[in-house]
Amino acid sequence: MASLKTLLARPWIWSFVGALLVWLATIAFTGGYGAGGMVTAALSLAVFTVIVGVGQMFVITLGPGNVDLSLPANIGLASAVAMKVMGGSDAMIVVGLLAALACGAAIGAINYLLIWALRIPPIIATLSASFIIQSVDISYGRGLQIKPPPGFADFTNWQVLGIPVLAILTVLFTIGAAIALQRMIYGRSVLAIGQNIRAAWLAGVNVGRIRFLTYTLSGALGGIDGALLAGYFRGANVDIGNEYLLASIAVVVIGGTSVAGGKANVPGVWGAALFLVLLLTMLNTFGVSAGVRLLLTGLIIVGVITAAGGEKTVR
Amino acid sequence: MSAPIDNGFKGSAARNAAARARLLRGLLPALSLALVLAAIAWLNPRAISYFGFSLMLNLAIPIALATIAQMFVIAGNELDLSIGTFVGFVGCVTATWLKDAPLIGVAILAGSIGIYALLGALIHLRNLPSIVVTLGMSFVWQGLAILVLPKPGGKAPDWLLAIMSFKPPLIPFPIIAALLIAAVVHFGLMRTSYGAILRGSGGNPAALRRAGWSLLKTKIVLFALAGLFGVLSGMALIGITTSADANIGNGYTLLAIAGVILGGGEFVGGRVSPIGAVIGALTLALAASPLLTFMHIPPDWQVAANGAILIIVLAARVLISRRER
Repeated sequence: MASLKTLLARPWIWSFVGALLVWLATIAFTGGYGAGGMVTAALSLAVFTVIVGVGQMFVITLGPGNVDLSLPANIGLASAVAMKVMGGSDAMIVVGLLAALACGAAIGAINYLLIWALRIPPIIATLSASFIIQSVDISYGRGLQIKPPPGFADFTNWQVLGIPVLAILTVLFTIGAAIALQRMIYGRSVLAIGQNIRAAWLAGVNVGRIRFLTYTLSGALGGIDGALLAGYFRGANVDIGNEYLLASIAVVVIGGTSVAGGKANVPGVWGAALFLVLLLTMLNTFGVSAGVRLLLTGLIIVGVITAAGGEKTVR
Repeated sequence: MSAPIDNGFKGSAARNAAARARLLRGLLPALSLALVLAAIAWLNPRAISYFGFSLMLNLAIPIALATIAQMFVIAGNELDLSIGTFVGFVGCVTATWLKDAPLIGVAILAGSIGIYALLGALIHLRNLPSIVVTLGMSFVWQGLAILVLPKPGGKAPDWLLAIMSFKPPLIPFPIIAALLIAAVVHFGLMRTSYGAILRGSGGNPAALRRAGWSLLKTKIVLFALAGLFGVLSGMALIGITTSADANIGNGYTLLAIAGVILGGGEFVGGRVSPIGAVIGALTLALAASPLLTFMHIPPDWQVAANGAILIIVLAARVLISRRER
């Protein structure tokens, strides 16, 4: 167990070190100006990546080929559903959040249904589902009241002593996710399936049920993320989730979760999300053009994966 | 028409049943295309003409080329999520450098194929997940495209415009081009000995390595071929649209994956079919836009139509595979 811990400890430390280095580089550039504000902003934005990142992490941990490509479409639709249900009224906030959660969970369940019924790789299932969700969103979101209720917008932007409340809640959520992963039957089953699906099945793990739960969980987290994003950015739109396809997968991998499955890391998701957000802030601070920013983001992600990855599957 | 797949050792009755199921499975892409064509013919008989096909299949050539590019990557058990933005980048280079300074333009495009080859080497040597690497690369290509062409514009080289607007007698150009692409790639990948090695690198890498073949080399070749067909796709696209935009190819990533799968490709095991992939691309090109227009369905549902076709075809495949057992 101890050796496993040191093994796990290594990857996620690096994501935090990376985040720290990027932060230091930026404040060195600005001469210390806005150092605290940058952390606040980074925490607020990282929250959205962490929430979907955790869902994606559970899915990826199920083993090779498991990935949820429907998250961007899911986030887009859920943000529209949440805003529609809330209808700009503070009284409907909880109902709207529940609706977004249900919408996301339903999408996750459909994803697994496709995987199970058509016996197709999850990539194709979530891809075909995302095609359809995207169209539903475009058609449904047209001419909608998309502004969040003022109370909800304030809540998602609420800060206490420079720390976003949403970030605190997300930290609590990730602690819960870490416990679920390492200490609960559900999480251990996910890890077991990722390590060897056949051995897990022979050992009595209900593989179908665990996979169903994992895809539903990922979908539900995407849904709630959509609602929160719409609140934070004060409005829903079709493209609101687009950047979260790369972000959700990248934070999982940079955070030290094995793409081959069976090995997950929750703290690393936070470190990697902060790293990515601070990276964007740094490039913006340096005043580079949109093209250079995209180019560098891509190169750094490929570079980090090359440096961090390279682990051989033990088989 | 169908991809040859090696036989297992089975009894002759079982083998016959399996052969029939396999034939059906191999014909599935062609059947879906025929179905879509029949629907179009029924809804709008005038579309089934020389002019109608030229118009409807206009964008099918770049889609088919991008699908072939994706197919090479999938043949090696990898996935390329950057092919769309790569096509966009190539488009931007085609509409600027390739027209103004052809030599530099050719050098840039050749270099980008080289980068694809390097990616293949990197993915193999460091055992990296191709999904993440190519997702990162999609940002790189998009960034480069914006740097090359910050605002939509540029102009396609005249020779390219001439090729893409070529009007052969009797058979519309897109159909001839599709047949040509399918035939060339089918011969190269399915009928040559190194093609078999390339497919084998996805089917049974361990066996291939023990037989003394370099998996590094096969991966480099597969990715370089993907880059080559990505370049052809971007050039063909600009030859049709005449000008470029940094986001012009973004939709191609998903279309290309869908095309490969529709054409009978499998995600693992090196089971791909070039002819199927081209047919898959044609089906998507026809079903996404012309069919919906004739059915008076708003364009909002274009993407959904792609998803629905994918699901229907996969469901049909499951039904057939059940008989294969």
